Amino acid sequence: MNDSHFRYVLRLGDDALILGQRLSQWCGHSPFLEEDIALANTALDHVGRARMLLTRAGELEGVGRDEDALAYFRDERDYTNCLIAELPVGDFAFTMVRQFLCDVFHHELYGALMRSTDEQLAGIAQKSVKESAYHVKRSSEWVKRLGDGTEESHQRAQDALEEVWAFANELFEVDDTIADAIEIGVAADLAPIEARWQERVGETLRTATLATPEQAWPQTGGRQGLHTEHMGRLLAEMQSVQRAYPGNQW
Amino acid sequence: MVSVIADLEPARVVREVRALLNEVRDPEIPILTIADLGILRDVAVVDGEIVVIITPTYVGCPAMNTVSSDIAQALKAAGIEDFSIREQLSPAWTTDWLSDAGREKLKSEGIAPPSGPRDRRSLRGTVTCPQCASTDTELVSEFGSTACKALYRCRNCLEPFDYFKCH
Repeated sequence: MNDSHFRYVLRLGDDALILGQRLSQWCGHSPFLEEDIALANTALDHVGRARMLLTRAGELEGVGRDEDALAYFRDERDYTNCLIAELPVGDFAFTMVRQFLCDVFHHELYGALMRSTDEQLAGIAQKSVKESAYHVKRSSEWVKRLGDGTEESHQRAQDALEEVWAFANELFEVDDTIADAIEIGVAADLAPIEARWQERVGETLRTATLATPEQAWPQTGGRQGLHTEHMGRLLAEMQSVQRAYPGNQW
Repeated sequence: MVSVIADLEPARVVREVRALLNEVRDPEIPILTIADLGILRDVAVVDGEIVVIITPTYVGCPAMNTVSSDIAQALKAAGIEDFSIREQLSPAWTTDWLSDAGREKLKSEGIAPPSGPRDRRSLRGTVTCPQCASTDTELVSEFGSTACKALYRCRNCLEPFDYFKCH
């Protein structure tokens, strides 16, 4: 087994799981009913993606860990999602701005991963790219409405953008694991993805009358298991049932 | 274990299994069979074992587990024990696989079928009201009662309706 292969797929699974878990927090709390359903459905898309990716990661690791073992029985330091996924939901503007930045990234990433030499990963990418296209459509519309809406919505969207911007950088970081995975054709080259991301995000922000923030001090660490203070609480909630009753099923 | 179909020729087995699976319906849109919906991809006989291949509509679709257990139940009820159900992701499911019969059934249930072949601007395209056939309709929400549907409203007859998204 190539260790980088396993760790790369695990990262993708962690990103999907943690963002899905965050989004699911809106279930029952969204501004209105249709939005509640939409956010819950989007969360479900991410969790569904996570299930497949973690299952694949478990196979690659080859020590018998399945999707549940990887999701429920790893501690914070073993999680390798990027930090942007774990940030608290904040207000609706923050949720949508973060989602938009991630959706465009996922759309570009999974588009490229359809050509992965890992056929299972390529199959997951084929499904995910279609869902991400739909997610982008939705979140970009929201960013435009919030940005080019009222004074209040504009300010909140701009504040959200300033806050989240420093975390976007990590999506495009290349370390040894990714470099190895790119070399064996499993992962996608991130440079062209970043260029496309900059272009698409910039275009939507201009339409939304939002100012692209200056490059802030880039936040990083998630890929090494060094997380923000929010991660522990998220895991505590997500894992509590399985930690209390290991292996419990219903 | 003795399989009741062990002695039959494979082509006939496949036909019979397909006929049995024609009774299996999508748990969330029960007017559609899994064949209508295009999630039943293939039935084959491999080394004397029946293999049923299904594909999910959306990766997070919670109905897939139910579909699998409904297939298993239908086969066991017919005395078939030697089978496996496999999930296949590629090629990815598309609403182009929805059968013509399926589209008609959706319409009769008040659900607008996906309009035309898949294209990226499906939500901006024309969606016809399943009640009054007006094309003067508007999107209310990109997601409806299930992951595969969006919520629309007809400006002519004022009825809200589900639209089966192009995917």
